[in-house]
Amino acid sequence: MSVPWQGIVKKIDDYRWEIPTSYKAGMLVPGLIFASESMLTHILEENAFQQVANVAFLPGIVGHSLAMPDIHWGYGFPIGGVAATRVKDGVVSPGGVGFDINCGVRLVRTNLTEGEVRPKIGQLVNELFTTIPSGVGSEGKIRVSEKELNEVMIKGGRWAVEKGYGNAEDITVTEESGSMKGANPDKASGKAKKRGIPQLGTLGSGNHFLEVEVVDEFYDRDAAKAMGIEDLGQVLLLIHTGSRGFGHQICTDYVALLGEAVKRYGISLPDRQLACAPINSPEGQDYLAAMACAANYAWANRQCILHWVRESFMKVFGKSQKELGMRQVYDVCHNIAKIEEYTIAGRKEKLCVHRKGATRAFPAGHPDVPDVYRSLGQPVLIPGDMGRFSYVALGTEVAMKETFGSTCHGAGRVQSRAAAKRSLRGADVARALADRGIIVKAESMASLAEEASEAYKDVSEVVEVAYKAGISRKVARAKPMGVVKG
Amino acid sequence: MGKDFEVVNHTADVGIIAYGGDMSQAFANAARGLFSLITELDGVEEVLHRDVELTASDEESLLVEWLNELIYQFDTESIIFKRFDIIQLNSTHLKARSYGEKVDKSKHKIKIGVKAATYHMLKVDRGDGCKVQVLFDI
Repeated sequence: MSVPWQGIVKKIDDYRWEIPTSYKAGMLVPGLIFASESMLTHILEENAFQQVANVAFLPGIVGHSLAMPDIHWGYGFPIGGVAATRVKDGVVSPGGVGFDINCGVRLVRTNLTEGEVRPKIGQLVNELFTTIPSGVGSEGKIRVSEKELNEVMIKGGRWAVEKGYGNAEDITVTEESGSMKGANPDKASGKAKKRGIPQLGTLGSGNHFLEVEVVDEFYDRDAAKAMGIEDLGQVLLLIHTGSRGFGHQICTDYVALLGEAVKRYGISLPDRQLACAPINSPEGQDYLAAMACAANYAWANRQCILHWVRESFMKVFGKSQKELGMRQVYDVCHNIAKIEEYTIAGRKEKLCVHRKGATRAFPAGHPDVPDVYRSLGQPVLIPGDMGRFSYVALGTEVAMKETFGSTCHGAGRVQSRAAAKRSLRGADVARALADRGIIVKAESMASLAEEASEAYKDVSEVVEVAYKAGISRKVARAKPMGVVKG
Repeated sequence: MGKDFEVVNHTADVGIIAYGGDMSQAFANAARGLFSLITELDGVEEVLHRDVELTASDEESLLVEWLNELIYQFDTESIIFKRFDIIQLNSTHLKARSYGEKVDKSKHKIKIGVKAATYHMLKVDRGDGCKVQVLFDI
C-alpha cells in the first residue's frame, strides 16, 4: 500500500524516520523524526518535514536535525526540534530557542490526597487565579528597579529565593540550579528591560497554566518514590510559564541583529527565521549572554509563582508548608540553547544544543543531574493538554547517544487556534471538563477553546513513542483536577 | 475593493495577509490585522497616538520591525491601535503615526497575546496592488 511519505522519509525502525540529505539541496546532515507511523501523515501534511530539513542547513550542525514525537510546524525551527552545532565552527540561532526563552515546567509534590482536595478544588483554583497574575498584559505584584532586574538576569531563581520567594532547596532541583552562567545584562536591550520589569511574577497567556493534578498511574514506583511521588491519588501541582515579554523582546532583537550577521558571515539559509551567527563571533556571544539573562528571568518567574502557589495552598487548607509537604520535584526548561559536551566519532566535542520545544533528558550518572537524582537520571516533566494527562519521565543513555540528551516536551498541537475556536466554544469546553471533574478558570474564554484537548495530539502517544524509542522512560502519570489558564 | 486583510491559520500560530493599493496601505492593513487578532477593533476609540520611525535593511525586515514595534508598544503601554497613518515609506525607512486607546478591560475583550512577528513565510509582493504576509508567534 502506498503511503504519503513514501519516497520522502526512510523508515529506520517503528519509531525513527530519516529525511535523507537528498530531500533538499543544502542539507548538511539528514533529518531524524521520532514518531509512530500514525503520527507521520499529520507531520507531512503540515509541512514540518520541510522545517526539519531547513534546520539541517545550519553551519556546523552535527548528527541529525532532530524532531521529537511532539513535533509540529513552527516558524524557522519546528516545535519539538533539536539541533546541535559545533562550538568551534558552528552557529547559534535565536529561532532555534524561540521567543519564549526558557519556557519551562516546574512540578511540586504535596502530602494532600485527592479526597482532601476535591471538596475544595473550586476554592483552590479561584485562590490560585486571584493570587497569581495571568492573562495578556498582566502585571506582577513585584516591582523591581532596573538595577534589581540586572540581578534577576544574573542570579535567576537564586534572586527570588534571596528575596524570600521559596526555599534554597528549590534551587537544588532546578535545571542549571536556576541560574545560567554567562548572563550579561548589557546585552539585553532597554526595550527588553522595559517589557520585563512589570511582567516579573506573571503567568502570561496562551498555553501557559497552573495545574492541580492527581497521580493515577505508576510505571517505576521506586523512581517515583525518590521524587516524592508515593501514592495513587496524591496531589501534585504543575507550573508552565517562561520569560514573558522580556524573553520575547530579546529574541525579536537578536533575530533582527543576526539577520544582518548572516549576510556578513556569508551564511545561506532557506528561511530568514533561522537567522544565526557563528557561536564564536561577537554577535553569537552577545545572543548567548542575552539569552542567559532571559533564561534566568524565567527561573526567577517560576520561583516567585511557586511561592504564591504554596501560599495559596496554605490559605485554602489551613496548613503549614511543612504539613503540606510542598517540595519541588524538578524544574525543566524546554526552549533553550546550551553548551554541552558529547562524544562525536569517538572524540569529545563541545556542542551548542538548541532545544525548541524539547526537554533535556540526561541519564543516570551525568554530572549535571542534581545529587538527589544522580542515580536515577534527570527528571523530565511532560505536560499534556488540560483534559488529558501529564507525565513524569527520566532521561536515558539512548537520549545521550541519539538526541543530544533530549526528549519530547508536551503533546504538540494538531489543530490551529482558529480551527479549535470554530469547532468549540470556551464555555462548552469548561463545562465538558467540569463534567469530568476538571475545574478550569481562564482570563480569556476564547483562549480556553484554543487550548482544548481536541487541538492537541494525545500526550500519551507522544510519551509512548519517546519511551519505545528509548529517549526517555516513564515514571508516573497524573490527571488534571484544576487548571488556571492565562 | 476586496478585504483589507485576512487571517492565515497555522498549527501553533497565526498569520496575516494584508492588501493595499500601495505598500503604505498594505503596511497599515497588516498592523490593523495584528490588532484585530488581539481584540475586536470596533470597540476601540482613537484617543491617543504614538509615532514610530524605523530603518531596516530591506522592505521585508521593515515590515517585521514595524509590527514588532507595535507589539512592543502594546506590551509596555497597553495601547490597542486601530488606525495607522504611514507618513513615509520606502524600502528601508518607515515613519508612521498610530491611533488608538489604552486597554480598558471593561470594554475590550483581549482574545490573544502576540509574542512577536516572525520572518517565517514572510512576503512583500507588488503586483496588481500590494500584498504582504507575516506570521506571528502567539
